[in-house]
Amino acid sequence: MELIDIIKPENLVYDKPELMNDNPMHYCPGCSHGVIHKLIAEVIADMGMEEKTIGVSPVGCAVFAYNYLDIDWVEAAHGRAPAVATALKRLNKNKMIFTYQGDGDLAAIGTAETIHAANRGENIVIVFVNNAIYGMTGGQMAPTTLEGMPTSTCPYGRDIALNGYPLKISNILAQLDGTCYVTRQSVQTAAAVRKAKKSLHKAFENSMAGKGTSVVEFVSTCSSGWKMTPEQSNDWMVEHMFPFYPLGDLKNVE
Amino acid sequence: MTEEIKLMKGNEAIAHAAIRYGTDGYFGYPITPQSEILETLMAEMPWKKNGMVVLQAESEVAAINMIYGGAASGKRVMTSSSSPGISLKQEGISYLAGADLPCLIVNIMRGGPGLGTIQPSQADYFQTVKGGGHGDYRLITLAPNSVQEMADFVTLGFDLAFKYSNPCMILSDGIIGQMMEKVVLPPYRERKSEAEIRKESPWATQGKLKGNKPNIITSLELDPEIMEENNNRFQAKYRKIEETEVRYEEFHCADAEYLLIAFGSSARICQKVVELAREEGMKLGLLRPITLWPFPTKVIAESANKVKGILSVELNAGQMVEDVRLAVNGKVRVEHFGRLGGIVFTPDEILAALKEKIINHE
Repeated sequence: MELIDIIKPENLVYDKPELMNDNPMHYCPGCSHGVIHKLIAEVIADMGMEEKTIGVSPVGCAVFAYNYLDIDWVEAAHGRAPAVATALKRLNKNKMIFTYQGDGDLAAIGTAETIHAANRGENIVIVFVNNAIYGMTGGQMAPTTLEGMPTSTCPYGRDIALNGYPLKISNILAQLDGTCYVTRQSVQTAAAVRKAKKSLHKAFENSMAGKGTSVVEFVSTCSSGWKMTPEQSNDWMVEHMFPFYPLGDLKNVE
Repeated sequence: MTEEIKLMKGNEAIAHAAIRYGTDGYFGYPITPQSEILETLMAEMPWKKNGMVVLQAESEVAAINMIYGGAASGKRVMTSSSSPGISLKQEGISYLAGADLPCLIVNIMRGGPGLGTIQPSQADYFQTVKGGGHGDYRLITLAPNSVQEMADFVTLGFDLAFKYSNPCMILSDGIIGQMMEKVVLPPYRERKSEAEIRKESPWATQGKLKGNKPNIITSLELDPEIMEENNNRFQAKYRKIEETEVRYEEFHCADAEYLLIAFGSSARICQKVVELAREEGMKLGLLRPITLWPFPTKVIAESANKVKGILSVELNAGQMVEDVRLAVNGKVRVEHFGRLGGIVFTPDEILAALKEKIINHE
């Protein structure tokens, strides 16, 4: 069989989502961001909402998310994405609004905005990428850094006496009356990716149904910050991150 | 039809003017002496009439970032606060300026520094016209001296903000915010529809229509050559505003031998000083900058050719006086008189200061 006989539409098994553009990504090999971007692009297209979606990008590695998804974007100040999204949604009720935030952005500098947007039950989706480290600034300690986990600002490992405990912010958000859906997902296997996409779909549907705030946390890797290969990172995440940040729904109000 | 004259506080006038302007959203956090703005808006419930959003934010920081989000989508959005709260908003104001976003910010100044006092002050002049937040940016700054101007400058402020895609600040103080005067409110206007916003603000994030390029609102640019171009674009905009939008008011300036320069509440008190001085036979005038940025540099420079001395009267330790001196450039004596920490000067005090610092120095 010749190649020309194989490259046919009916044989297509994988395609780049139409909302992803051709800009080369700045993310490191093995980083979870690329897969999560792709899932968001697919869900928006599947819902037919590309003309009504506005994303809010954070400060952190995903600051440039707007370079990769061909939708309208607002780039927020560090931690303030939920406040920005609050106004976007309240002033544009027929639009689909989501924030895309890392652990430092959402759970350190932006804790107040995160909790209060969720507590008001803003009809937005918060996509939370938790890789337990500050990637963009070169691997410093995050609020979600695990006990004993080394980073450039806790080079001998996170010391609870010095730095306090890793913050399970999604558990806090799940307790708030304003949230309708809080789930923890991952994207290190094909099965996990398929499951995560369903979660994102549900979250975005919730936001348009006016059910309140949906939070999709992605327990993620940062090969560069963790100083591991992509494969080692996935293994380390499964072994160390998953026991502390167990996957699954923390809240699901039907 | 006869004009409808109402009696209200300056803060209340701002709230009513905002509703009538067709403002899409107000986001704020309580702080004395400006809480009547949020309170009036909540009591009026404009969302029931035209869908205007009014939201009490969890902090001044959240409120200014709500402004950033609303402005990004092309909406008419405003916030208000008083000095300590305005300090908290400075990062957000810098982002708004860096992303070319129009919005209206109201500062009802109180005495500082720190938590300071709830009494009136004009000590945020430097913060407002010289920066406040980081980076090379400018805020169009309007200084009302009456309850009427509190209402009028909501319209003017939004119009200028959208004309230049730039944040605009109404810089007022606890006197104008709290005092009651008669006011004629502006007529009701419709809020803009999505189609109008897409047409008038094609940069706004309203959702990317098929065939269009995405709209991205950001102040970030890591390529220094493009970032310099962005800054040059801001500076060109600022020069155009300086050429076009200077506003001031002259009171008995035509034959004046001495000049007071004062803005906002201080200018109201200085009107009385001019009257007292003229009763004594002294030819005193008052120049009131209405726009603090752009500053009326040209008219002050021209005045310096005509008068013998200038007193800059401010409720601070001497801030605007620096801009007056730059304009006068050494041609005549320029001094400052102020009271601090929430104390308000009397006309007699100002007249005495004029004699001591300017007239008797000849």
